[in-house]
Amino acid sequence: MTEPPGVEGLLRELAPRTLGVVVRRYGHFADAEDAVQEALVAAASTWPGDGVPDNPLGWLVRVASRRMADLFRSDEARRRREDLAASWSREPPDPAPGEDETLVLFFMCCHPALTPPAAVALALRALGGLTTKEIAAAFLVPEATMAQRISRAKRKVAESGEQFALPGADARAERLALVLRVIYLVFNEGYASSSGPDLERADLASEAIRLGRLLHALLPGDPEPTGLLALMLLTEARRAARTTLDGALVPLADQDRTRWDRGLVAEGAALAASALEEGGLLGEYAVQAAIAALHDAAPRHEDTDWERILVLYSLLERMTDSPVVRLNRAVAVAMVEGPDAGLQLVDELAASGPLARSHRVHAVRAHLLEHKGDAAAARMEYAAAAAATANPRERDYLTMKAAGLAAPGLVRDPARPLQE
Amino acid sequence: MRFMLLQNYGGVEADCAPMYEWTPAEVRAHIEFQQALNRRLEELGELVDAQGLAGPDDARFVVSDGASAPLVTDGPFPESKELLAGYRVVEVDTPERALEIAAQISAAPGQGGAPIRQRIEVRQIMSAPDPEVV
Repeated sequence: MTEPPGVEGLLRELAPRTLGVVVRRYGHFADAEDAVQEALVAAASTWPGDGVPDNPLGWLVRVASRRMADLFRSDEARRRREDLAASWSREPPDPAPGEDETLVLFFMCCHPALTPPAAVALALRALGGLTTKEIAAAFLVPEATMAQRISRAKRKVAESGEQFALPGADARAERLALVLRVIYLVFNEGYASSSGPDLERADLASEAIRLGRLLHALLPGDPEPTGLLALMLLTEARRAARTTLDGALVPLADQDRTRWDRGLVAEGAALAASALEEGGLLGEYAVQAAIAALHDAAPRHEDTDWERILVLYSLLERMTDSPVVRLNRAVAVAMVEGPDAGLQLVDELAASGPLARSHRVHAVRAHLLEHKGDAAAARMEYAAAAAATANPRERDYLTMKAAGLAAPGLVRDPARPLQE
Repeated sequence: MRFMLLQNYGGVEADCAPMYEWTPAEVRAHIEFQQALNRRLEELGELVDAQGLAGPDDARFVVSDGASAPLVTDGPFPESKELLAGYRVVEVDTPERALEIAAQISAAPGQGGAPIRQRIEVRQIMSAPDPEVV
C-alpha cells in the first residue's frame, strides 16, 4: 500500500456508497461491483499524484458508469440487460438517500443463498473496498480461487432475483442476523490469525470493526449491531496482551491487563450498555458484549464479577441453545460454585452432542482439573486437547500446559515459568 | 525445483517420550526451532508452504466406487504413527539443498535439547517438463 492513508481511507469509505449509486442506476450488481472496483483502482493510482477531485464520489460514479457503458455495449451485456429487466427494478419507486443504498448492499452481500465464506469474501470487496488480491492474501488462498469465489457469489445473488431494496419487515430480523454473523466471522478470522509472521495480511479484525461501525451508523437504534460492535471492540482491546512477542497464546487469566487498550474498552463498554438499554428484544450479541465488558472491567483476573457473568451466560444459553455457550457457562459455574460443579456440567456436555470430540471440552476440563489440584488428570486432558485442536498456536499452548504439570515420578524444574 | 518434505507421527529415531512429558522449556525450544527455521527459509525465498495437520484421531479414510455410498472409516487407527503429521514445501535450486533442509528439520531439539532425529520423507513435486528436454 503506497498511497497516503488519507486517499486509502477515503476510497474505502466511498467504495460502498459508489457501488450503491451505480447499482441503483444500472442494476446488475455483479457488473456494477466489477466496474466500481476498476474505478477504485483508477482513483488509487491517480489521486495521490493529481490530488483528490472536488467531488470524489461523483468522480468514482462517473468512471464506474463509463465502465458500465462499455459493458452494456458488448453483446453479452445486451443479453444481460434483458435479464435485468426481469430481475432488479432499475427505477426504484422511492429514491432513497445514499445511506439506505449501503444498507441494501449489506443485505445483498450477506444473502441467504451464499455460504458463509462466499458472503465474507463478497462483503469485504463490495462493502470493505478491499481488492481480490488483498482478500485472497487475508485468507491464504490463491488470487484466482478468491476471484472465482467472489464471482460465483455475485452470480448466486443475481440468480436469486432479489430486488435492490431493503428486505420486507417479515424477513428483516432473519436477514440482519446473517449480516451480523458475516461481520463476526470476519472478525473471528482476524482474531484467530492476528500477529505472527504474516504481517502483510490485511487486518481482518480491523476490517470487521470498520464494517461494524458502518452498520451501527446506519442502524443506530438497533441493539444487535450496537452489541456486535461493542463485542468486537471489547475483544480487540485485549489484542496486544493475548499473545507473546513470538506469537504464543496468553489466556485471559494470565494477560497483562495494563496492555489492554483503555480507549477501546471505554468505547466498547459504553456501546454494550446502550445495547442493553436500547429496548426491544435482547439479542445475543448484546449479551456477549455485556460479558466481555465485565471481563474488561476487572483490573485483575481475581476481581472478575463471575456471578454476573454466570447470570448472563445462563441468559445466553436459553437464547441460543449453543453447546459452546453451555461450555462457557460451565466455566462460570466453576468460578462461582467451585470446580466440581463446573466439571459435572462439562461431563454432561461431553457425554453427548456435537462437542463430544471437541478439543474445547478437553481444554475446559483440563483447566478445571488443574484448578482443583488434580495435576495428573489435568495433564492428560491438556494433552488430549492438544491432539484434537486444529489451530497450531492453540496446540502449542496446550502442549506447554501439559508439559508444565508434573507427571508422577518425573522430576522437573519448578522454577521455570509456564510462559512469559 | 519444488520438494515436499513430509513428516509422520512415528519415524522418530531418537528414543523420545511424548511431547507432554517434556519440560515447558523443552517444548518451547522445539516450537521456537520450527518457527525460526520457517523464518529462515522464508528469508531465503525458499519456503512455499508449511502446514501441520490436525491430530490423527480425527482422520477418516474414504473409498468410493462413484455410484454407491462411499465407505468412510473413522479413527482412531492402530497405524496412526504412519499418518502424515505435517509438511513443508520448498523451492530450491538443487536436490542437495532439499536434503540439507530435511536434515535441519530432522534435528529439531527434543528432551534435554537432544535432536529428535525425525525421519523426513523428501519428494520432488512434479512440474511442467523442462523446455530444453522436450
